Amino acid sequence: MDWRKALAPWALPIALLLAWELAARIGWLSSRILPEPVAVAQAFWTLAISGELWAHLKTSLWRAASGFAIGAGAGLALGLLTGTWRQAETLLDTTLQMVRNIPALALIPLVILWFGIDETAKLFLLAVGVFFPVYLNTFHGIRSTDAGLVEMARSYGLRGWPLYREVILPAALPSILVGVRFSLGLVWVLLIVAETISAQAGIGYMTMNAREFLQTDVVLVGIMLYAVLGKLADMLARGLEKYYLRWNPAYR
Amino acid sequence: MLLAPISIDSDLLAYSRQEFAPPERKPVARQGASIVLQGLGKAYGARRVLHGVDLNLKAGEFVAVVGRSGCGKSTLLRAIAGIETADEGNTRVGNGAADASLRIMFQEPRLLPWKSVLQNVALGLPYGLGRAAAALSTVGLAERADDWPAELSGGQRQRVALARALVHEPNVLLLDEPLGALDALTRIEMQQLIESLWRQRGFTAVLVTHDVQEALALADRVLLVEDGRIALDLPVHLPRPRQRGDAAFAALEQRLLERLLQPATSKG
Repeated sequence: MDWRKALAPWALPIALLLAWELAARIGWLSSRILPEPVAVAQAFWTLAISGELWAHLKTSLWRAASGFAIGAGAGLALGLLTGTWRQAETLLDTTLQMVRNIPALALIPLVILWFGIDETAKLFLLAVGVFFPVYLNTFHGIRSTDAGLVEMARSYGLRGWPLYREVILPAALPSILVGVRFSLGLVWVLLIVAETISAQAGIGYMTMNAREFLQTDVVLVGIMLYAVLGKLADMLARGLEKYYLRWNPAYR
Repeated sequence: MLLAPISIDSDLLAYSRQEFAPPERKPVARQGASIVLQGLGKAYGARRVLHGVDLNLKAGEFVAVVGRSGCGKSTLLRAIAGIETADEGNTRVGNGAADASLRIMFQEPRLLPWKSVLQNVALGLPYGLGRAAAALSTVGLAERADDWPAELSGGQRQRVALARALVHEPNVLLLDEPLGALDALTRIEMQQLIESLWRQRGFTAVLVTHDVQEALALADRVLLVEDGRIALDLPVHLPRPRQRGDAAFAALEQRLLERLLQPATSKG
């Protein structure tokens, strides 16, 4: 009973894979358009053994992690600032809301002019894209703290940093984690684009390079890797929610 | 599920009744503080909520404040607590020599959902986990210390809030309709618990309520607030613990209710 429940979400993907394999074997699908799953698995295996795959993966993971750290860190810091102090909101929020409406990817020409085509440009793009979900949700979380709880904590003598640490921050945490989860999803989308512009390493580079040589199987390995990485990032975000929001029945 | 806490409560009450048996309260060292209000006034914009309220509460007194909703009784309590600042007049709690400590219990428990029950009780007491555990056992919830507030029933949450207020050993306990949202049975239990703790500890208690029976069951004095003024100050000389079916109790209840139900225009 239990294993059935655990396997149920995988039934559809497995069925699709089987249908795909079958279609390729019969000859409905040409391998130039879509190679069979077995060929993709073989390409994965070859890349993994040669070590090429891991080098690309490492580069991409590093980019995603540092871009996320910079963008989400700045978003959290500014969100806390504008959420807590009205003056900071007055000064900064309008500007940030205007910038928010520019799609991060529209900045690509400018970013290339500013930073060239090396790592800085990619990190900048990732950081800008990741910044806003975290910023907006942090701001919202701080602002929607239950005033009754703050009033109670004040009447129990909590002021300043203890009040912030014990009441305001934990109250904003569910909202902050929503932003983090959204950003972790977004970071891969941005990474794909950033890596396909110009790169000498990374999964995006591997994929674009394979396209040049019509290696559809390697292209598919790259696409699958993004799917897996996206799923892993989502699991990480869920894990954070499960741990930090374990007091909340909705997350247990 | 409901049975366990009830039995703990009644044990606790039985014990406290033996020790502080009627007819008269023991003159134990009282820790209550007196409260003096002089000409307290408060307005929200053009709407005046309190009109020059003068009030003297003796140390260790249990006072209930009743009135229709919107009459200003909650504002009065919040002004005493210092949560609301009055526009005119002044408030003095205690004799001014020592800092009298004052705690308020709200209509909702207002527990921090991300802290365990024990940590909630220890709020504002950096090294007070031991005392918090003791306070939790006085309200009969010692075994729920490590649970999250979300796992408790409404009545249990209010008991945790009571423990949180009492762990500070306040001189004054302000109660802003804390039992309003509870079912009738839990409510009577909580009233008995509050009464027994008040008798043991002797703090000054001010209870805002819309329930006349509750006011008469607990208070030495019932104040009726009408349009931001104290319209009636009724001493209650009934022996404790009070029986709700009692003739004198019923007569007082009748009197208060009649006064409350008078149309607002015909007041003196």
